[in-house]
Amino acid sequence: MSRSFSSIGRAGAALLLLVAALWMGAAVGETSIPLEVVARTVANRLWGAGYPLDPIDEGIVWNYRLSRAVVAACCGAALALSGAVLQALLRNPLADPYILGISAGASTGAVGVAILGLGSGLLTLPAGAFLGAVLAFALVSLLAAKAGRGRSAIILAGVAGSQLFNALTSFIVTKAANAEQARGIMFWLLGNLSGIRWPDVSLALPAAVLGLGVCLWHARALDAFTFGADSAASLGIPVRRTYVVLVGASAMMTAAMVSIVGSIGFVGLVIPHAARMLVGVRHGVLLPAAALIGAVFMIVADVLSRILIAGQVLPIGVITALIGAPAFAFLLGQRRAQA
Amino acid sequence: MMLSARHVSWSAGAVPILREVSVDVRRGEFLGVIGPNGSGKTSLMALLAGIRSPKTGEILLDGVPIARLSRREVARRLAFVEQQAETTERITARQAVELGRTPYLGALSPWSAADDAIVDAALENVGMRHLADRGWHALSGGERQRLHIARALAQEPEILLLDEPTNHLDIAHQLGLLDLVRRQGLTVVAALHDLNHAAMFCDRIAILEKGRLIALGTPREVLTVERIREVFRVDVAIDHHGAGECSIRYHAPGKAGAATRLKVV
Repeated sequence: MSRSFSSIGRAGAALLLLVAALWMGAAVGETSIPLEVVARTVANRLWGAGYPLDPIDEGIVWNYRLSRAVVAACCGAALALSGAVLQALLRNPLADPYILGISAGASTGAVGVAILGLGSGLLTLPAGAFLGAVLAFALVSLLAAKAGRGRSAIILAGVAGSQLFNALTSFIVTKAANAEQARGIMFWLLGNLSGIRWPDVSLALPAAVLGLGVCLWHARALDAFTFGADSAASLGIPVRRTYVVLVGASAMMTAAMVSIVGSIGFVGLVIPHAARMLVGVRHGVLLPAAALIGAVFMIVADVLSRILIAGQVLPIGVITALIGAPAFAFLLGQRRAQA
Repeated sequence: MMLSARHVSWSAGAVPILREVSVDVRRGEFLGVIGPNGSGKTSLMALLAGIRSPKTGEILLDGVPIARLSRREVARRLAFVEQQAETTERITARQAVELGRTPYLGALSPWSAADDAIVDAALENVGMRHLADRGWHALSGGERQRLHIARALAQEPEILLLDEPTNHLDIAHQLGLLDLVRRQGLTVVAALHDLNHAAMFCDRIAILEKGRLIALGTPREVLTVERIREVFRVDVAIDHHGAGECSIRYHAPGKAGAATRLKVV
């Protein structure tokens, strides 16, 4: 009884935190908009509350900032989930979609569809990104299997895979895109939330929610990987199926986010570790915690990218790396101290 | 005949590891599997546990091919303790044992008080209840191995498979662990390194050599001076005590007798 109450309490607190972050994300920016105007805008748009508001403020909040904050939240949650799942499945604390080349593969796939017109109109941009992501992970896994059993093999293979797919992306862009396209794509590749509108939410939100659902469904299976795949198998987990479903979910989430905002590093790597320090290693709690922290972190990172340099928007990948790299160094130190 | 291997073969790439091994495990017995390094003990355990599929032949669990059962079903009847399963996750002793309940849990059957009771009992059983909240990394090799046994017991299996469970333990912990396993009254199949341990604890012993099963029987039947010399290439003397027990004394290589025989080999 107390157990279920505390979990309901925690879920409520988490939801409140997320709402607060979204609220702040919509209020803060180059022109600061009061929190109550944000609240009234939401009330007007969702329930037709009819508050009299400055249409410019209302437009900024609804059309630009709120959709952007929601996509940022989805993106942070999805990347953090992908990282947590990959770290558990591969039993490697360095695993994350960016380092393993999944993001780079998704970029190549998206660029292939957008510029080369691969799939001759049958493939949408996100579908192309998904194919690229899956292809990249398959290639990296194959390379790692050839390189041997060591723990670092998959990471080294991922580094090689990232380089390869980034090179392919650059090649495609240089060869086939015009100057304006090329500039836009390079900006997008660094991670960019500038062009986000509500239609993007209709891809980001289902991808993040579906991903969270699939991962949570397998929370106990992920726990069972604590002592490795053979141990999971002897605990009754169908290892191959679990692996395919969860890697597929990670690739799907990563691809959806890459196709909307470009590839963003460090979120998938650092956030799961932070979540583990806060709530422990059980995936039933760890996964929602990582998703929440990732979501809030991304909203904050996006706000920082807009206000850090007046009149300029930094690529969000720059912010996540500036925060993520030192945070990662700190976590590595902690791990070492406790080992 | 609850767990049987029928003519199973297994190879790692092109290298054959097990050839045509057949063995029936009897209900309630402690079956030891011995053999030199590379004789295929670990592979046989993995096949019996159903986590590898044989290239040819089949493993039967109560007469049903194990490949036809779901992993979950197998895990409720058969628990497997690997050689040295380790983790870098910061789990507690108790959390490691809780993993044993995995085959019984699902979206519609969440963790319950009954699961807590089973985990408590398993910790108590292996004498680790007082260390339940200790972190995995602060535990000794012997304590970790006891927790793996407790995890296996929390699966409430009929059969316990152990792959060299006493590796890296000191002698007191080795004997304590094997005694603990025997006291459970389960059907046990254990790959063992030490011939004396096999002689002390096993009802029957299977000897593997180069992937073939070359002997199967009571310790007294299969542990003979000649066979140990052939298979393990050591000279021994065997002392028989009472009805079925025996113990083995090793002669150091280079001492009388051994040198001349090594030349022959």
